Amino acid sequence: MLGYIVKRVLLMIPTLLGAAILVFLLMRLIPGDICMLRMASGGGSVDPTVLRNCRAEIGTDQPMLAQFWVFIKGLAVLDFGQSMWTGRPIIDEIGLRFQLSLQVAIMATLTAIALAIPLGTISAVKQNSWIDYVVRTFSIAGVAMPSFWLGILIILGILITSKAWFGTPWMPPIRYVPLWVDPLYNLSMLIWPALATGYRYSAVATRMTRSAMLEVLREDYVRTARAKGVFRKLIVRRHALRNALLPVITIIGIEFAFLMGGLVVTEQVFNLNGLGKLFVESITNYDYNMTQALVMLVVGIFALTNLVVDILYAWLDPRIRYNR
Amino acid sequence: MAILSESAPQTARRSTVLSSIWQFCRQNPLGAAGAVVVFVMGFMAIFADFVTWNDPTRNNFGVMLEPPSADYWLGTDQYGRDLYSRIVYGARTALMVGFVSAFVGATIGLILGVASAYFGGRFDLIFQRVMDVLMAFPLVILALAVVSIFGTGVENVILAITIPFIPRCARVVRSSALAVRETPYIDAARACGFSHTRIVLRHMVPNVMAPYLIMMTAAVGQAILIEASLSFLGLGVQEPVPAWGLMLRGGAQEYAESAPWVAIFPGIAISLAVFGFNLFGDALRDWLDPKLKS
Amino acid sequence: MATRRRRTAFALLAGLLAIPFAFTSADAQTPKKGGILKFVVPDEPPSFDGHKETTFALIHPIAPFYSTLIRVEPENPNSGKFACDVCTAVPEPTDGGKTYTFKIRTDVKFHDGSVLTAKDVLATFERIVDPPQGISSARRAHFSMVDSVTAPDDQTVVFKLKYPSGAFMPALATPYNFIYQKAKLDQDQRWYEKNVLGSGPFIFDGREAGAVIRGKRNPNYHFQGKPYLDGFEAIFAKTQTLRVQAIRGDQAAAEFRGFPPKSRDDLVNALGKDVTVQESDWNCVLILTPNQRRQPFDDVRVRRAITLAIDRWGGSRDLSKIAIVKAVGGIGFPGHPLSASKEELEKIAGYWPDLKKSQEEAKRLLKEAGHPNLKFTLQNRGVDQPYTIVGTWLIDQWKQVGITVDQKVDGTGPFYAALDNGAFDVALEFNCQSMVNPLVDVSKFLGDSGDNYGGFKDPEANKLFDSMNRTGDVAEQRSIMRAYERRVLDEQASASITLWWYRIIPHRTYMKGWTVTPSHYLNQDLSQVWLDK
Repeated sequence: MLGYIVKRVLLMIPTLLGAAILVFLLMRLIPGDICMLRMASGGGSVDPTVLRNCRAEIGTDQPMLAQFWVFIKGLAVLDFGQSMWTGRPIIDEIGLRFQLSLQVAIMATLTAIALAIPLGTISAVKQNSWIDYVVRTFSIAGVAMPSFWLGILIILGILITSKAWFGTPWMPPIRYVPLWVDPLYNLSMLIWPALATGYRYSAVATRMTRSAMLEVLREDYVRTARAKGVFRKLIVRRHALRNALLPVITIIGIEFAFLMGGLVVTEQVFNLNGLGKLFVESITNYDYNMTQALVMLVVGIFALTNLVVDILYAWLDPRIRYNR
Repeated sequence: MAILSESAPQTARRSTVLSSIWQFCRQNPLGAAGAVVVFVMGFMAIFADFVTWNDPTRNNFGVMLEPPSADYWLGTDQYGRDLYSRIVYGARTALMVGFVSAFVGATIGLILGVASAYFGGRFDLIFQRVMDVLMAFPLVILALAVVSIFGTGVENVILAITIPFIPRCARVVRSSALAVRETPYIDAARACGFSHTRIVLRHMVPNVMAPYLIMMTAAVGQAILIEASLSFLGLGVQEPVPAWGLMLRGGAQEYAESAPWVAIFPGIAISLAVFGFNLFGDALRDWLDPKLKS
Repeated sequence: MATRRRRTAFALLAGLLAIPFAFTSADAQTPKKGGILKFVVPDEPPSFDGHKETTFALIHPIAPFYSTLIRVEPENPNSGKFACDVCTAVPEPTDGGKTYTFKIRTDVKFHDGSVLTAKDVLATFERIVDPPQGISSARRAHFSMVDSVTAPDDQTVVFKLKYPSGAFMPALATPYNFIYQKAKLDQDQRWYEKNVLGSGPFIFDGREAGAVIRGKRNPNYHFQGKPYLDGFEAIFAKTQTLRVQAIRGDQAAAEFRGFPPKSRDDLVNALGKDVTVQESDWNCVLILTPNQRRQPFDDVRVRRAITLAIDRWGGSRDLSKIAIVKAVGGIGFPGHPLSASKEELEKIAGYWPDLKKSQEEAKRLLKEAGHPNLKFTLQNRGVDQPYTIVGTWLIDQWKQVGITVDQKVDGTGPFYAALDNGAFDVALEFNCQSMVNPLVDVSKFLGDSGDNYGGFKDPEANKLFDSMNRTGDVAEQRSIMRAYERRVLDEQASASITLWWYRIIPHRTYMKGWTVTPSHYLNQDLSQVWLDK
């Protein structure tokens, strides 16, 4: 077992290194640079000496290899340096946003689980009935609806209903306050994106629950239990669901990793100051350091989640350890 | 007589076709619904010139933000353009982006996946690590970087969507291909001294068509969705090209309250299309995957 | 004499700028004290250093922390006159218009309690005019006329110019010229990028990355009784719809860049008298620049056809319903005494009152040039208001004379990279200035100007521009300006003006004391603003 874990951890290194090279190159392939953007975006002419100074200040005038070396050296000790855009330590810039993204991811995951497990189970138990069709339609609609559209509709819905009910339009707060500072304010802001994302992400989990349940329900021991006259509900709850959960948890884990950095569009619609928004801004601002740090963060979370899932699987099913 | 004898089997054949379609619909009503949506969308995209009567790009500020009417079935947008025309032509953009990127992505994935499984060893190991890297990159972020490098517009959007698809498809195909590789007839083919290319193309690829087709159908829906998201972010297709995601950008939010049709119809179009492709893909999976067929 | 005339010009401008829509409330009521003003800002400023940055996103949250040497009159920002901030009186130039001597007030204090002296002002302008190695000063070129800056004593700052220039005072009054503390600059020239220490009406009270910047009242502000507010919160919200809704849901009282007309109408409908709208022509303009390094844009007939195809009068009527543009104008700010009147405009290609004739002429020119079915790509900036909206409209205009255009929209960075490398056919770009001063602003249209991306040389235009700036006579300036305008827009068509921007600020009625100006850079220190709650 230990050997397997060590091997898996070592396998993470090439992935992380590959991601580092990829993001490093991708960012530098984007035409234009941070200094030009800074100086020209307000209109007016750009003095070439000003540009030169700016580049020297940030270090983008250094040769590529030197820049890469600085990045890798920092990566080795988890020091990503300063944001090129704001000049502040990246840790400070990410801090607050990480907190927000984490909270939305957790809330969305909870929403997804709350939706997916009961719906998937009932859909499997009542396979090919109208309930099954309704559930499947509902969950596929979740993936089909663009999240930004759902977001627009939610905000519009809130504005219209609040105006109809209270006379004055209400809208969710646009400024983040941590949960422990003002829970009500915090939740009244984050519940909406969490619902929109959770619904979307429940779709995959619902389907997974359904098919896992279907498989388990066909297993011999379930049939035996049924033959023995154990109540249907009991079978589902005690025997089937428990065994069907593992693949569902896997899916949820992997999706969770994506939620941390992938909520680009939803964050835009709800004005969430999270990692997704920071991602887009740092790419469009040519903030190489920041983008590199964010990519490494997201890829790191992803690799870790995968690692945990793999270890969990290997622990449960010893065959896997040897097969790979 | 001759006519009769000739036409009889034809009727019979037609009735079998009809009845098998009927069978499919009864067994798989959701899949059938999906197929209908896909078909209607394809029809609109191909015959867009014939099923619309207003130019989708012509500005006409005299009728800006008109509600749905006989002339403008789905109303008009802020430039006075016909939303119905724009949605019909938008199907063309969506399908083009969807099909091209799904086809190219899945096909490259197929070749790479099969090759990786066939050759195995160090090649497979390195290849897997490269795929790991690409898979770990959030999809939207990768697409965003590609668009930032190459610029916006239909071709670049296709490119941006295709690249992240490749590893996902390659993964799935590889795992199927691994199983195929272990079968005796591949060994037999090798023993016969067939070239690698021949074995891969003639013997392995046909046997992994099922996961390939499933991945491809699923990818069309996803591609349409990503295109819409990119266009919504302003990184995709650009005005005045009719595209659904673009129609929801800026204007739609601004006018959502006073002219809800601007925000609602393009959203419905995207949802329906993706919905249709997903249902269709599911049905296809059930049909192609013998394990789930029962 | 020259200055006197220029003053007259500014006074004239004041009359013309008296905005009909503006609802000025400050005079009627006595300001109330207290309260926190919340407002939304589209972007977060990269750093806090006003000398370095160029974006308005820096001005809105940061300007309230600082004083400047001079500024536009805060009570009457559209007067075209300047008022002192840390000086005692706006000086008259001596030495034939080449020397300006400023006396610095003795009662101005930095937020750390230390007294602001001429040494600080000197250190500030040394950094702006001639920055030390490794420091970028974005507006250095605006001070090319400055020969030296000195501070003979703690209360005096003297600017010596190489030649008299009407552009000097507007450059001084630019709201980015924050006065920094010499001690801090001596310690670290880059200290101000990440920190704030000013002498303005508000004291920096924290930042949450990407979310908000807060300020609190400066009790020792050198203008007695001000500011009225206890503090402010600048909230960053990228999406325009959200900014509108924030005002609607009273999460913010205002946004100071400008909203499109539809959002104004929605807010007025939803909030009635709780919202007040102030509007003004905006000293920003969208310009079409054909890239003359590329064929067929080196052909003047093609360039003329491109501008002739555009129905500016109709565009003004239609686009002003959906975009933040309105006035049809020439190269100068509409309504300015030096700018063209409607009759004068109508003689320029692309402004003819007879649209049919104009379109026919465009087709004829294209045919003559051998490009009856011209196709090109419009390079545009990825900002909806007003860039892509106007771009989309233009494409439809061109389609009507048989020109097929597709739009390439890039983020601000790649957009400027393309402009700078000359990698475009025709670009839709902009000219945006804080001070209205056409004599300086129109340098943009010179082929060899640093911010002209057209890639051409037009000595004739240069000659006109120089003679216009050398004469002190307003009437003569005006007539040379017409010739220059005709040269740029019609004869050479090296640039075409599309429409001038229009600034619409709907704000909560309880926010008082704020007056719209033709620039979103001006008059944002919030010292006049108070809340009627």
